[in-house]
Amino acid sequence: MGEPLLACRNLSISYRTRSGDVPAVSGFDLEVGRGETVGLVGESGCGKSTVAFAIMRHLGRSGFIADGSIRFDGRDLLAMEGEELRRLRGGAIGMVYQEPMASLNPSMTIGRQLAEVPMIHGGAGRGEARRQALEMLERVQLPDPERIMESWPHQLSGGQQQRVVIAMALLGRPRLLILDEPTTALDVTVEAGIVALIGGLARELGTSVLFISHNLGLIRETCERVCVMYAGEAVETGRVGAVFGAMRHPYTRGLLNAVPVPGADKNARPLVPIPGTLPLPGERPPGCNFHPRCGFFEPGRCDRGVIPMREAGPDHTARCVRFEEIDWAAARPRRMPAAIASPGEKVLEVEGLRKYYALPEKPLAALIEGGGGQAVRANESIDFAAREAETVAIVGESGCGKSTFAKVLMGLETATDGQIRLAGREVGSVPVERRRPSTVGLLQMIFQNPFETLNPSHSVGYQIARVVRRFGGLRDREAVRARVMELLDLVRLPRAFHDRRPRQLSGGQKQRVAIARAFAGDPRVVVADEPVSALDVSVQAAIARLLLDIQRRNGTTLLFISHDLGLVRYLADRVLVMYLGRIVEQGTVEEVFSPPYHPYTEALLSAAPVADASVSKRRILLEGELPSATSPPPGCPFQTRCPRKLGRICETELPPERVFGGGHKILCHIPPEELEAVAPVLETPAEAAD
Amino acid sequence: MALSHPLPEEDEAQPVAPAPAWRGPLAALGRLRESPIAMTGAGILLFWATLALLAPVLPLLDPNTPMEPFKFPGDVARDGETVFWLGTDHKGRDMLSRLVWGSRRVLVWASLATACAYVAGVLMGLVAGYRGGWRDEVISFAANVLLSFPVMVLYIVVITRLGASGLNIVLAVTFASAPGIMRIVRGLALDLKSRDYVQAARARGEGPWRIMLVELLPNVRGPLIVDACLRLGYTTVTIAMLGFLGLGLPPPDPDWGQMIAETQPLGSLAGHMALLPAAAITSLVLGFNLLADGLREISLRD
Repeated sequence: MGEPLLACRNLSISYRTRSGDVPAVSGFDLEVGRGETVGLVGESGCGKSTVAFAIMRHLGRSGFIADGSIRFDGRDLLAMEGEELRRLRGGAIGMVYQEPMASLNPSMTIGRQLAEVPMIHGGAGRGEARRQALEMLERVQLPDPERIMESWPHQLSGGQQQRVVIAMALLGRPRLLILDEPTTALDVTVEAGIVALIGGLARELGTSVLFISHNLGLIRETCERVCVMYAGEAVETGRVGAVFGAMRHPYTRGLLNAVPVPGADKNARPLVPIPGTLPLPGERPPGCNFHPRCGFFEPGRCDRGVIPMREAGPDHTARCVRFEEIDWAAARPRRMPAAIASPGEKVLEVEGLRKYYALPEKPLAALIEGGGGQAVRANESIDFAAREAETVAIVGESGCGKSTFAKVLMGLETATDGQIRLAGREVGSVPVERRRPSTVGLLQMIFQNPFETLNPSHSVGYQIARVVRRFGGLRDREAVRARVMELLDLVRLPRAFHDRRPRQLSGGQKQRVAIARAFAGDPRVVVADEPVSALDVSVQAAIARLLLDIQRRNGTTLLFISHDLGLVRYLADRVLVMYLGRIVEQGTVEEVFSPPYHPYTEALLSAAPVADASVSKRRILLEGELPSATSPPPGCPFQTRCPRKLGRICETELPPERVFGGGHKILCHIPPEELEAVAPVLETPAEAAD
Repeated sequence: MALSHPLPEEDEAQPVAPAPAWRGPLAALGRLRESPIAMTGAGILLFWATLALLAPVLPLLDPNTPMEPFKFPGDVARDGETVFWLGTDHKGRDMLSRLVWGSRRVLVWASLATACAYVAGVLMGLVAGYRGGWRDEVISFAANVLLSFPVMVLYIVVITRLGASGLNIVLAVTFASAPGIMRIVRGLALDLKSRDYVQAARARGEGPWRIMLVELLPNVRGPLIVDACLRLGYTTVTIAMLGFLGLGLPPPDPDWGQMIAETQPLGSLAGHMALLPAAAITSLVLGFNLLADGLREISLRD
């Protein structure tokens, strides 16, 4: 193959700050061969994006390359200046960012934006550029490319926007495509489509791809080689199979153990978080950067000198002095399942719940059409019950109505129709302001965004104490303080955090405070809306485990809203799968995660990337987009995207609820025998489960 | 030697972030040093504030006793001892003393008027932004009506109807400034009310006033502090202007605007009588504006 397309050698990148230069990346080596797809994986803050920007030579005013070289296609990138560099960017090297909306100019039509690329980089005329743009839109499999050309960015969905951005990057006929978390902002089923598209196009056009992601499963499924980064260094590189199957660095292993695997038994594969936090650049420890968090740390060897990258096998290197001594095949840590409190009485019952949001009427349109205003049908007939000490997960893509349901439950919104009974009391039509304090205390919530969940103006202790005072019945200053300290212990935060402000806490720590706050009043039901999705993988595991422990100890009912099926599998007792405001399948975790499936559940399971190399998976790609909730399709809500659609009946009639023994219910027209005959999506070999 | 897995069984070691130094209000003041502009502004304000505070104990002549008119800065009185450091005015009153006592007056009333405008504006803004609905419509409509009125006319109407007094100046300034403050706060409250911590407060059944005052108010503080500095500057100008027009604080106590009005026809004879109070007003307003600029610069850096 000769010289690789891209080669970073001993690359060091620093940022100038007021308190001196801070090294972001040091001694970094990376090779991307021609036509090869290489993954760059690591937690946020490890320097992945800095490397990408360095390759684009776009480090901003404060960043600079302190040492090393970057060679692209035989030329020295670092020697390029001005015009030469500009021709390269968006031409031979294309880049796709995380936020598609931020990459598109909102005041230009898609067609004009796309046509600019061949006009600038290929010197094409207007007509020719348009033709190329149209062709590329077809290639990225956008429906009705002619219409898309005339659209404005805001008229497209997130997945469509990202396809346009990819088309734009590919129009420059790049030899290297850098993808920086290209699907993190998208739903799993959309993500699966985009990842498949990128893979297909890269093969077809012979483009090399540098795929940056924090998602191990995604990297494993898309890349040939992978480079694991930690604290600004590459700690392990090699072929995907070798790195994921026979890792030689404790950090790689830690990452893999921290990710739940859908399809694997939660007791055979407990989540093991990595202790500690990523050191800040400038505060990195001597010797191995990972040693303060490493379980194999040996004083005198790991915390001294420079740890070099060493050969660990053919095309496999690792930055660890001890990898020969570690028994990598040793059994994974095992934890006995915590005693599951047997579900008791029904705490929460929801019947025929419906929530419509009226759209503001346009007076003129209403006059002409004569009808009433349109409505967003966020929730459409939801029925279920949750028992004491049970964990019920609600899964579904964004826009399926799961967050609206949480709001209605909390009383932040009121139901349009239907009933919610909380411990026997009807609360569905009562806004939280009018609920009795004793009722309010029964139901608490953990929010998604750790950066918004705490009031930045008040100390941690004050915010927990407020809940203790309201629901704990405590008035005495000392008693409240003691209870707050107890709660800090419960979420395993140091007591010194009592006087800290939220901005002094990391995302995971904030979420711990939010958990303490939610449990402070001894609620019967806690609603957790994506409580870990904004956190890094190594922290996610810790928070998820903490939540589960506290819930089991207190016998609280937990409603866990999530899009992460692996996590749901790990945490939940029962699962509700939502699509367009309806529950399309419900049952225990085992029932939902194995056949018979609702076709949507089947697609969701298939779309979730799996990091474990031993799990094999059947691929199902969903066509099209989630229909708008203002005009849901008639008949079955899923009929527009269903790969198992039967025909007319799906378009005209709402499917019946088929009951498969116990509480397993599926909303589908397909006869039960056929649903039962479907093969499992995920196959775990016997030895991995044991 | 092969190691078995060494990871701890139950508890992961607790991530403890290095504790950043506690930043109290004093440290926040210390951050002013990051901006030379803010430091200059704060210096000017500190100068006037010290003079105003110490006016009763400084060895000053009485500001209202007529002595020898038309003395220039540095002239010595007939008794051969008293020095008029900044001269005297047309009625023979000591300029230095009048300036210092004038600063006391303008600082007190400007602060009081701005504070009143803030209380009214912030409360209206919080209610309009957080509660919304008909409350928002009523408050926003009233604010728009007031804002569409020429400010000058508003002042003259209030003062001529109610008479010239400190309290009426406070009232006039409140009427004129509160709508603008209300708009700023309303916008901030609209943005903040969808934050999770506000939802969390609602979810634990907090009342609207508690949410507005405890959850929202501390978080709108940042932009308001900058605005307050600017507004203190405007109010200083307003009070001086009203004094100049004879609508200000009642004589004979010294008032900078009045001092200019009384002596400006004599400008060609003894320029210092009008120029000195004018310079005082300019420097004080400049101080407020520089501090506001500096604070904005510092807040943008975060």
